[in-house]
Amino acid sequence: MNRKRTTDGWSPYLAGALVGLLAIASVYATTVWMGKTHYLGASTTFVRAAGLLERTVAADHVAQNEYFTKSKVVIDWQFMLVVGIFFGAFVSALSDNSYRLEHVPPIWRKRFGPSIGKRAAGAFFGGIVAMFGARLADGCPSGHGLSGMMQLSVSAFVALAMFFGIGVVVAHFVYKRRTA
Amino acid sequence: MNTEQWLGLVTGVLFGFLLQKGRVLRFDKQVGAMLLKDMTIFKFMLSAILVGMVGINLLADTGIITLGHKPMNVGAIVIGGGLFGAGWAIMGFCPGTSIGALGEGRWHALFAIAGMITGAAVYAELFPLMKTTVLAWKDYGKIDLSQITGVAKWILIPLFWVGCLALFAWFEKKRL
Repeated sequence: MNRKRTTDGWSPYLAGALVGLLAIASVYATTVWMGKTHYLGASTTFVRAAGLLERTVAADHVAQNEYFTKSKVVIDWQFMLVVGIFFGAFVSALSDNSYRLEHVPPIWRKRFGPSIGKRAAGAFFGGIVAMFGARLADGCPSGHGLSGMMQLSVSAFVALAMFFGIGVVVAHFVYKRRTA
Repeated sequence: MNTEQWLGLVTGVLFGFLLQKGRVLRFDKQVGAMLLKDMTIFKFMLSAILVGMVGINLLADTGIITLGHKPMNVGAIVIGGGLFGAGWAIMGFCPGTSIGALGEGRWHALFAIAGMITGAAVYAELFPLMKTTVLAWKDYGKIDLSQITGVAKWILIPLFWVGCLALFAWFEKKRL
């Protein structure tokens, strides 16, 4: 028995290149089987999830909302893709013993301590701002970052520069304790 | 489930598997990149882009698939991209990786997912306002890099490869 099988995973270059092949296979498969080319993405699914949840309490409101109508509140190809990410990550983590029930990630703990409440608040409010931005920009690091860059879209290059540029500034401000 | 949903699920499982094997789902990898200490997510993303870029453009040139550029709407991309960056730094996940992070046991991603669903709901309410303001500023439409630079796509792609390979060499030299 080899107990030291908690590896560092695969080379990110290799895993990334395989995602490139998956992206190619996926545009081909969606074109053939669905009649329209679909690109890897994730953030529209959050709109659909919000619509599905809201519909359980305010069906009329969702039906009348222009953005929900435009995005179509249905469990579609991308919705299932996002569900699939969960299972794929789960299987992969079990396969190399890297599944961990993490309460607070190390960098966060170093700055804000072990409080789950603080981490929950940060993740929740960060999530609201990030998703509002992703919907405004019409994409996230999957839709713009991967799919848009692969197509040499101008919007993708500018979006990724904004994502990362502002991310760097805010991360330095938030996680770097100023040495007083 | 119909064909479309099965196809999405299978693609997603493979995507999630590779995201986890590349170790890019973790908060520390994402924030580590923003703190300029760990470039794992860039090695992963740029490798995917390098490979995908060649195949997708070949398929598009032969007419097998159609490209789907997102519009270069200045206000949307700049303001939206900036807001995303700010939220991303605090949340430590992006939409796709939050789900994957939950899959590998990082359960605090649930708060991020709840926040993002809320953010999507807020956007749906404010969409009419965005349409008459930020989204109405200036839209250059669905344009690609060769249109704005005047350089052919099949010259830009090898240049992008050379640039990324040089960047990878630098990451490895600096042990980032």
